[in-house]
Amino acid sequence: MELNAGVPAGPLEKKWDSHRFELRLVNPANKRKHTVIVVGSGLAGASAAASLGELGYKVQCYCFQDSPRRAHSIAAQGGINAAKNYQNDGDSIHRLFYDTIKGGDFRAREANVYRLAQISVNIIDQCVAQGVPFAREYGGLLANRSFGGAQVSRTFYARGQTGQQLLLGAYQALERQIAAGTVEMFPRTEMLDLVVIDGQARGIVTRNLVTGAVEANLADAVVMATGGYGNVFYLSTNAKGCNVTATFRAWKRGAAFGNPCYTQIHPTCIPVSGEYQSKLTLMSESLRNDGRVWVPKRKGDKRPPTAIPEVERDYYLERKYPSFGNLSPRDIASRAAKEVCDEGRGVGETGLGVYLDFADAIRRLGLDKVRERYGNLFEMYERITGENPYQLPMRIFPAAHYTMGGLWVDYNLMSTIPGLFVLGEANFSDHGANRLGASALMQGLADGYFIIPYTLGDYLARARPAPVAGDHAAVKTTLAEVNGRIERILAGDGKRTVDEFHRELGRIMWECCGMERNAAGLRRALDAIPALRKSFWYDVRVVGTGQEFNQSLEKAGRVADFLEFAELMCRDALHREESCGGHFRSEHQTQDGEAARDDERFAYVAAWEYAGDDREPILHKEPLVFENVHLATRSYK
Amino acid sequence: MRLTLRVWRQAGPRDAGALKQYEIPDVSPDMSFLEMLDVLNERLERQGDRPIAFDHDCREGICGSCSMTIDGRPHGPQQGTTTCQLHMRRYRDGDTITIEPFRATAFPVVRDLVVDRTALDRIIQAGGFVGVATGNAPDANAIPIAKPDADRAMDAAQCIGCGACVAACPNASAMLFAGAKVTHLGLLPQGQPERYRRVLAMVERMDMEGFGGCTNFGECHEACPKEISLATIARLNADFLKASLTRRDS
Repeated sequence: MELNAGVPAGPLEKKWDSHRFELRLVNPANKRKHTVIVVGSGLAGASAAASLGELGYKVQCYCFQDSPRRAHSIAAQGGINAAKNYQNDGDSIHRLFYDTIKGGDFRAREANVYRLAQISVNIIDQCVAQGVPFAREYGGLLANRSFGGAQVSRTFYARGQTGQQLLLGAYQALERQIAAGTVEMFPRTEMLDLVVIDGQARGIVTRNLVTGAVEANLADAVVMATGGYGNVFYLSTNAKGCNVTATFRAWKRGAAFGNPCYTQIHPTCIPVSGEYQSKLTLMSESLRNDGRVWVPKRKGDKRPPTAIPEVERDYYLERKYPSFGNLSPRDIASRAAKEVCDEGRGVGETGLGVYLDFADAIRRLGLDKVRERYGNLFEMYERITGENPYQLPMRIFPAAHYTMGGLWVDYNLMSTIPGLFVLGEANFSDHGANRLGASALMQGLADGYFIIPYTLGDYLARARPAPVAGDHAAVKTTLAEVNGRIERILAGDGKRTVDEFHRELGRIMWECCGMERNAAGLRRALDAIPALRKSFWYDVRVVGTGQEFNQSLEKAGRVADFLEFAELMCRDALHREESCGGHFRSEHQTQDGEAARDDERFAYVAAWEYAGDDREPILHKEPLVFENVHLATRSYK
Repeated sequence: MRLTLRVWRQAGPRDAGALKQYEIPDVSPDMSFLEMLDVLNERLERQGDRPIAFDHDCREGICGSCSMTIDGRPHGPQQGTTTCQLHMRRYRDGDTITIEPFRATAFPVVRDLVVDRTALDRIIQAGGFVGVATGNAPDANAIPIAKPDADRAMDAAQCIGCGACVAACPNASAMLFAGAKVTHLGLLPQGQPERYRRVLAMVERMDMEGFGGCTNFGECHEACPKEISLATIARLNADFLKASLTRRDS
């Protein structure tokens, strides 16, 4: 396997412009002859399907939800970054580029990130034109706020529901194309495998979740926008349906997996309340703009928060990182919370929590202003915990939230399988080892609206995929393999539920491959995961058949893939003998406990190639060359 | 807490379906409603029984997947709250809870509590968008929008498309759903060119899908987890009337 990122030559600012000119075009009359499959209908998938439909391609769009509008992008709360510099506060494309590279701890590809920053301005224009109701000032112009990891106000937002509003914009554009007949939509249809013919991605195998029908769907190219794998931890802020199956199956068909160990733990989630917890709820990071994070100075201080006087509180983020304070990037804020809890200063019944306090903000801004900014988040908190955050500080704790790793893609967002493009969270591309707040929405929409419409055409014009018959041997084999897996799951007559296995996998991963990792723990996980996988196949119980609506069967397939994928994640984490961004190896830290990066040995993308079920995956390295930024130690002090 | 659940079980669209009773002896007040069902489902699976099918995904009240009618109210007793955000501290030891799917002609049952709501997508297809292709947009600040208008558009745009309004309505009308979209886009300058075409097309589609008409019960607003205002329906009616009287494009 050869990794060729295909980054265009020339100065950074000119790369995308000149590349767009180099890219080949498909004649408008020929576009309708090309069928393109888009898997996933979140920000990246819906925007890609809509934009490709507008261009005239014959698009098929698949999602496992009952409607494309329910994809998990909908849950993003905080906002979307763009280098508009409407606030005149020193922002620029270059600064957004630099912040993203630095935020990613210098583990992302320069050219991709620069392009992302360039495109960011078009995204806002596009969304406003679609009718996305962004927050506005009284003068009628767009409002901005600052967001974790940035010192300028470049974040556009729609109350605490930015992801929802952006997704509805993309969804509406998609529905418009469905009505126009350019896009055919397949809801409640899950991708279970990729069809590769003569080395090219030529289709997918899907299961209709209502009827159970397993089918092969063929096309000239496949665009996967299937999201991240945060649910490998079982408890995460992801929707329950989020899974690794599509990307993992593509990996097994020859797509390299980039940096699987880069996962993001979000610092502001509602703490776990009991064993039956099914997911964790994120409280938008925007809360850290006005909330102050603290724990008691004294260990085991069980007094109610309001009874702890100011001098006995430790505002540890403000103390340790005076210039960024409560707005420190996510990985840093998460680890700092873990640290104070490990010291025994955590709050709440479990001791796994820290306070996020709005008392000062309410005094400074007044209750009404705080309600206007965060009202819906405060209500959500109260509904879940039964506590009123206007009176008591919130309790928060880190939770798995986003995965920077994903399928390796080149500058054109194409994986190592020609004809397979990967967008949004599903690819590894832009966030390096840590993603900044309000950057996921930006990337999803950049990929879907403004990159894939150009690069896909280039591929089709160059590769000229030949027609392929529905009964091609590769199609038959892939179908047989998918059916075989389903039968194997249903054949089991064990005693344990799918969720029991998933919870156990989650515990292993959170403990050994979570916020802090070390070689001993990762080796333990690499022993424990295969054992758990073995007992899954031996002892799992899935009731019902494959020819019906069967949610346990859906879950079982996804958990089976997580049980394999988790191993790849730990292997990647073990091999990366440095700390960077979301990947913190306890063996590699500075004297004051900060991440110690090793640019000499690890300034590369780790791209793993599947080599067979009983063989270790093969590591390939894409060196990261930094021509435009100076590799600095990331400091937020 | 010990609770008794009466849950609608229906194997498929053509099956008659019936309420089935389950006892759950150990419900924690901190559980969410869906977590309680998870616990019941795991128990059923261990016994070799089919678990209760229900739609759910984000579990934070924004994706609009959950679709249960609890004791006769879509999304249950808590105002402005989806089922997934309902917590068991609302209930007392010994309570009996009846759980049914969202019921409407336009929402056929798929299995148990799962219904097919694609009719709502088709209403959006009819005109619930601004016809702007990717790349066409002028600068985002080229058209100022008064903050009160933007805020009111956002109030309406919050609709999560769950269909509780339809399930709550004695006529199974989708007027609140359609009104929310018509209001959201109709309040913004970007939505003006298609404003009257939109409302006609969406209402026509609504009728085609088998949703009933609005007779101002207001149950939709009561059930709406995002508390979308009845004023959106008034606005739809006003636009519809004007469009019907002045339509030029048909």
